[in-house]
Amino acid sequence: MDLYLPVANMSVNIIMIVALGGMVGILSGMFGVGGGFLTTPLLIFYGIPPTVAAASAATQVTGTSVSGIFAYWQRGGVDTRMGAVLVTGGVAGSLLGAMLFEWLQALGQIDTVINLMYLGLLGSIGWLMLRESLEALRAMGSGQSVPTRKRRHHPLVTALPMRWRFYKSGLYMSPLAPLFLGILTGIMTMLLGVGGGFIMVPAMLYILGMDPKMVVGTSLFQILFTTIASTMVHSVTTHAVDIVLASLLLVGGAIGAQIGARLAMKVDPVRMRLGLAIVVILVALRMAIGLAWQPEEIFTIQWL
Amino acid sequence: MTPRATGLLCALMLLPAGSASVAASGDPVLVPDVSSRAIDIKYSFVGEELLLFGAIIYPDGRAPDERADIVVVIRGPTRPIRLREKQRVAGIWVNTQSVGFGSAPGYYAVASSRPIDQMIDERTAAIYEIGLRNLSLSPTEFEDSAQLRRFENGLIDLKRRQTLFVESAGGVEINQGALYRARLMIPAQVPVGRYTAETFLISHGDVIAVASRDIDIRKTGFDRFVAMAAEHYGLIYGLIAVTLSICLGWFAGWLFRRF
Repeated sequence: MDLYLPVANMSVNIIMIVALGGMVGILSGMFGVGGGFLTTPLLIFYGIPPTVAAASAATQVTGTSVSGIFAYWQRGGVDTRMGAVLVTGGVAGSLLGAMLFEWLQALGQIDTVINLMYLGLLGSIGWLMLRESLEALRAMGSGQSVPTRKRRHHPLVTALPMRWRFYKSGLYMSPLAPLFLGILTGIMTMLLGVGGGFIMVPAMLYILGMDPKMVVGTSLFQILFTTIASTMVHSVTTHAVDIVLASLLLVGGAIGAQIGARLAMKVDPVRMRLGLAIVVILVALRMAIGLAWQPEEIFTIQWL
Repeated sequence: MTPRATGLLCALMLLPAGSASVAASGDPVLVPDVSSRAIDIKYSFVGEELLLFGAIIYPDGRAPDERADIVVVIRGPTRPIRLREKQRVAGIWVNTQSVGFGSAPGYYAVASSRPIDQMIDERTAAIYEIGLRNLSLSPTEFEDSAQLRRFENGLIDLKRRQTLFVESAGGVEINQGALYRARLMIPAQVPVGRYTAETFLISHGDVIAVASRDIDIRKTGFDRFVAMAAEHYGLIYGLIAVTLSICLGWFAGWLFRRF
């Protein structure tokens, strides 16, 4: 079952790509991450040109996040006010990212920068989450009541000027913090084809200090609009969105997201966070190995 | 062979199909053909095997005693590229040096009846660009010949593993000194464009006849439409991609809530 991809200029196995989309979709529904941080590297590993992989993965993430957002919307789990601030940053970030992309590509350092970004972000966030969820598990195991950690945002966030009320998230803080977070993830969406959920979810929890019930829904909301912006920017600048590839990934991804959202209701949230932490750390390790070991291909071709 | 048949074949050689003979009259001529003049890339395309075949016609109708050799070359459109090399810097592998190549073919396959270096000398091979080592890649911005050689080898090695560069010594079969054929694989990831299939007749270290045919490799139908839209109508294409993505996701969500 092979299919030719008109933009990627190669043929792929349909079942492989749909299965890849499905696996990533389950993660997406469970954790509120887009799953792009897995899709893009796996597509590149399959042999799809990196730019096409990143662009098409972003398009796919749009679809999976729509599919997942329903469940959370109905439960009132989306803070649209917070979401709007994040999206504003996200769109600005996509445009910045496009400029950065072109500049780094001309320098020939795009791959290294992408890998280093992955490593730094995933490594630190995975570690944070792992420590936190293990502590919570240990507390539960020893029969103690889980220490009710006071939810609060990072001291740096408190120092920012101008304060808004985010009722649903239970926050009174400067919108500059989520705006900055939005810009950061927008840049990453453009460069890495990721929705940024795996950065956004922990950042919302540990840096902004949002109500955990709002985190996943709001993150999906932000991902939806940021990936739309990045698909548009890619279509106009790099022309690398492969609509056939994105559709294949989506067929798997949309189904996976539904399964994931149902699983999420059954699994204990602490264990779920531990699960995500482990996935994130594994991807970071893979990146570190990729950077330190001699790569399979010493030479790479760049079309001029 | 009758004079009339020879005349007809000579007339064929003069057709503007891109065939030409370098030799003066009295030398043998080549009548080449390929199994497809055009390769259409559509959704089910996984690559195609090309058969290059033809006849060697000697003016007196008799094959000479010494063995003549045939080389066939398929060459894709050239495109300027920059080749980057990774080196270990502070513990991690990053791109450091790079060399530009002004005319690297997107695809190049050569098949011959004997190893190339046993048939012709380097100069002749370089003139006709026969063999992967003899391609003129028009390098730019290189430091010295050692660096250039390393990069050329790197490029050839990379493209060979992608099966976009092929060298097959012994890939041409010659029957009774007059009929030849060779099979070459066109992989799915070839660039589109106009390809040429050249056939060289070689004897005593000289190229005595050359003939060539064009092959068009192009996308058709839906794939052509998508590729064209992506390249020229980015904004509309992007909107369609987003709409499609949202609709598919929405539909899946709706479907699951029903069950």
